[in-house]
Amino acid sequence: MDLELLRFGVNGWGDEMLRAAFMTLMVSIASYSLGIILGALGTFLKFSRFFFFRLLADIYTTIVRGIPELLIIYLFFFGGGLLLSKIGALFFGGQGFVNLPVFVTGMMCIGFSSGAYSAEVMRGAVLTIPKGQIEAGKAIGMTPFTLFKRVLGPQVIRFALPGMGNIWQLTLKHTSLISVIGLVEIMRQSAVASGSTREPFTFYAMAGLLYLGITSISNQGFSRAEKWAAKGVRSE
Amino acid sequence: MKFDVMKESFPKLISGVPETLLLVFISLLIGFVLAVVFAQLRLSKNIFWSWVARTYIFIFRSTPLLVQIYLIYYGSGQFRLLLQDIGVWSFFREAWFCAIMALSLNTGAYTAEIIRGGIQSVSWGEIEAGKAIGMNPFTLFRRIVFPVAIRQALPAYGNEVILIFKSSSLASTITILEITGIAKKIIAATYAPIEVFIIAGSLYLVMNFIVSRIIDYTEHKLSPQLYS
Repeated sequence: MDLELLRFGVNGWGDEMLRAAFMTLMVSIASYSLGIILGALGTFLKFSRFFFFRLLADIYTTIVRGIPELLIIYLFFFGGGLLLSKIGALFFGGQGFVNLPVFVTGMMCIGFSSGAYSAEVMRGAVLTIPKGQIEAGKAIGMTPFTLFKRVLGPQVIRFALPGMGNIWQLTLKHTSLISVIGLVEIMRQSAVASGSTREPFTFYAMAGLLYLGITSISNQGFSRAEKWAAKGVRSE
Repeated sequence: MKFDVMKESFPKLISGVPETLLLVFISLLIGFVLAVVFAQLRLSKNIFWSWVARTYIFIFRSTPLLVQIYLIYYGSGQFRLLLQDIGVWSFFREAWFCAIMALSLNTGAYTAEIIRGGIQSVSWGEIEAGKAIGMNPFTLFRRIVFPVAIRQALPAYGNEVILIFKSSSLASTITILEITGIAKKIIAATYAPIEVFIIAGSLYLVMNFIVSRIIDYTEHKLSPQLYS
C-alpha cells in the first residue's frame, strides 16, 4: 500500500478524491431534497379523500421500494436519453443519441427512490398525531394552513426526524450507484485512480473512509436536529 | 412499445432468476449465522468483544455496499501474491465468491442489529425464571431467549430480506449475470429500456411479494395467540 498516492497536488490523488467527495455530498443533498418534496407529495396523496390519488401514491411507494435502484438508474439513463433523442429528431431534425446530463439523471433516480421511503416515514409520523388535536384545532376555527403550521407541522417534524435521518444515510449510500453511469463522485474517482495506479485496495478503502466520515458528521447533525425539534417536550 | 422485444427478453430475464435467488439465499444463510454470533458479541460484557462487534457493524452499515463489493473483488488484487501464498487467491478471483462474501458480511451487520433489538426485548422475568429452574446458558438461549427474540425481530428481518433482494442487483457490476445484469445487456443491445424495465421490475416485485407473504405467514405461525 502506497499512501504517498493520496498526497495533494499533481503527484497525488488526495485533492481529486476530496473533490469527488464534494460531488457525492452535492448529489446526495440534491437527491434527498427531491426525495423530501416527492415524499411530502406522496404523503399528501396518501391521506387524500379520493381513492384514485391514494392508489396512485400506494403504487408509487410499493413499486419503487420493491425494485432495485440500479434498475431504475438504467431505466432513467437509457430511457431519458431515448426520449431526448426522439424529441431532438422530431423538432430539430437531429440525428444520433442524446445523453442526459449524468448529475440530473442520477439525482432524479436516487431522489425518486428516496421519495418513496420518505413518504412512508412521513405517513407514519402523521398517523401518530391523535385525531383529537386536529378536531380541537378545527373547533377553535383554525384554517387548514394554520392547523398545519401550529399543530401538525411541528409534531410531524419531531416524529419523522429519526426516520428521515435513516433515509439520508440510505440516500447517501445509494448515490454510489450513480458511478455506473459515469458521474465523477467518490466511487467513480476511486475506479479511475485505482485503474491508473493499480492500487485498488488503497483507493476503495479511502472511498469507504470518506463515506464513513460523511455519515458520522451528518449523524451528529441529525441528533442535534432531533434535540432541537424536541425542545418543547417535557422530559424527566 | 416494442412487444417483440418484450417477448424475446422475457425468457432471457427469467433465466436470471435462479442466479438472483442463489445469491440471496446463500448470503442470507451465511449472514444470519454471522448476525447471531455478532449480536451475542455486541451484547457481551467483555469490552474487547463488544468493541469488535460494534466496529464491524458500524463499518458495514455506514459504507455503501458497492464499496464493499469493489473492495473485496478489485481490492484483493492488490494483495494477490500474499493471497496466493495462503492459497485463497482462487476464491478471490471468482466474482461470484466476492459477491457472496460482500452480501453476507453486509446483511450480517444489519441483521446483527435487528437480532440485538430482539434479544434486548426479552423481559428479565423470563430469563430469571429460566435461570431459577436451573437452565444452563445454552439451554436458556435456545429455549427462552432465541424464540422470543426471533418473534420480535421478524418484521424487521422481513424488510432486510427484501433489501437483500434489491442489493443482489449490485452483483451485476462485477460481471455476474443475474436479472439486472441481463437486463442491462438487453437494454444496451436493443435500446428498449422501458420494455425491459417492465419485465425485470415485475420479476423483482413478484419475488418481493412472495417473500413478504412468507414472512407474514411465519409471523402468524410463531405467535398464534395474537391472531386467533
